[in-house]
Amino acid sequence: MNREELKAYLTETFPTATIGDTFDFPLIVVAKENLLEVVGKLKNAPETKMDFLFCETAVDRIEQFEIVYHLTSTTYRHDMVLKVMLDKPELPELPKIDSVYSLLEAAEFYENEIFDLFGVTFDGHPNLRRMILGDEWPGYPLRKGYEYPDIEQTLK
Amino acid sequence: MEPIINFAADVEKTDEFVVNIGPQHPSTHGVLRFQTTLDGEIIKDIVPIIGYIHRGIEKMTEFLSYKQSIYLTSRMDYLSSFMNNQACALVVEKACGIEVPARAQAIRILMCELQRLASHELWWGSCTMDVGAVTPFFMAFRDRETIMDVFEANTGNRLTTNYILPGGVMMDILPDFIPQVKEILRNLKNFLPEYEALVNGNFIFQKRMKGVGILTKEQAISLGVTGPVARASGISCDVRKLHPYDGYEKLDFKEVVADGCDSWTRYLVRLEEMKQSIHIIEQLIDNIPEGDFRTKTKAVLKAPEGEYYQRVETARGELGVYFVSDGTAKPYRMKFRSPNFSNLAVAKPLNVGAKIGDLIASMATIDLVIPDIDR
Repeated sequence: MNREELKAYLTETFPTATIGDTFDFPLIVVAKENLLEVVGKLKNAPETKMDFLFCETAVDRIEQFEIVYHLTSTTYRHDMVLKVMLDKPELPELPKIDSVYSLLEAAEFYENEIFDLFGVTFDGHPNLRRMILGDEWPGYPLRKGYEYPDIEQTLK
Repeated sequence: MEPIINFAADVEKTDEFVVNIGPQHPSTHGVLRFQTTLDGEIIKDIVPIIGYIHRGIEKMTEFLSYKQSIYLTSRMDYLSSFMNNQACALVVEKACGIEVPARAQAIRILMCELQRLASHELWWGSCTMDVGAVTPFFMAFRDRETIMDVFEANTGNRLTTNYILPGGVMMDILPDFIPQVKEILRNLKNFLPEYEALVNGNFIFQKRMKGVGILTKEQAISLGVTGPVARASGISCDVRKLHPYDGYEKLDFKEVVADGCDSWTRYLVRLEEMKQSIHIIEQLIDNIPEGDFRTKTKAVLKAPEGEYYQRVETARGELGVYFVSDGTAKPYRMKFRSPNFSNLAVAKPLNVGAKIGDLIASMATIDLVIPDIDR
């Protein structure tokens, strides 16, 4: 499917979701509760076959987190972006979202990275750990307004 | 009297044993640690532990202008620095609507393909050394050195080249670039059959590679693997073919796809890719267009608000730059989807159930560069 066809298909199949555009790809914004259902449908439907998660990341939008999934199909070679908006509670409480690991195994490392650098927890993740910085690191560096720790203190 | 240890009861049982390989192990090619759980010689579980060389490049870009960010990208995958620069430059060009002159595009492709050759040479040397052959390492470095000399003369650096920037390239190629590259190609064409004659027919090498480190097509798709590793599992994923950039669509070359799924196939795919790179350079080297090597851009670039994604094919797979702009001169968020970070996920399917002796050999054909994993 080309970009317009894919957008039409998404509008028809997911009436509750918001369909839009990024510069390169069609965009679908889904509610947090529907995430697994939508990704499962996109992966398994014979029209889309979105079986390849090539990038998963988060963007800190001050009041909310955007979790961004870049999906492509190895059969048809069409790409799309899926987004979930996530409310941002006060620290130390962390926002929570379902892990897509059960559908796309590539999510394991991406979600570990997001957990480490943004402080978003993933339900159903097989091995959620602070992959890069380690358990003792204070705070979540890729959040906006992150306060840098005193390096002398951190290294002690 | 009761015996203190009852040997007879335990004789058939073995305990699980945890071995840390790295972070300073010479065969992990950098600071990467594999935490392996062993039962005898069999690997029961393997967890890659990373972060020893994390520099926070994604956070740093939020405080730098787009042009300054280019310098950080050279420090991710130091064996594909041209392609990293190119990805960052392309996404800024796309966002700001900057045209690139034809001469700059040709120079970019020439440099990137030379870099791919240099990177695969280094991989070939280190891969064969990991399975115990030392001579190929010296041969690979002898031939790679001639390419590095060209880089050093033309860009001023050997690894962190910082050469490709929004609007073109940093400076024009030197007058003797073309004869030098031709000389390199002439030599490489003689050396490649020599490489194959030296290593490919070796019985021990084949035993270590064939049927070892199986990565099926389904696993590779699910794990998001790209580059030569995915192409050796039968997935067509060459960005140069699927989403051409900088004029790759005008060139004639083949995407190397094979479906052997084992270490041996990954080895052959990379050797074949080197021949394709030589073929690409040959088409361009006599046809570099005249003209500017860079368009004049504003001193301070400001991308319109929005989200942009650009991917390029590095020597190890697909590098994606996800760039979120809020209309200011600094990126709101820049995510580097680095090929090695995704390819590291194959450590589990490749090694669980295999013998620890095969760990280094099968990871050698994944060709990991650690600074690119940590960023």
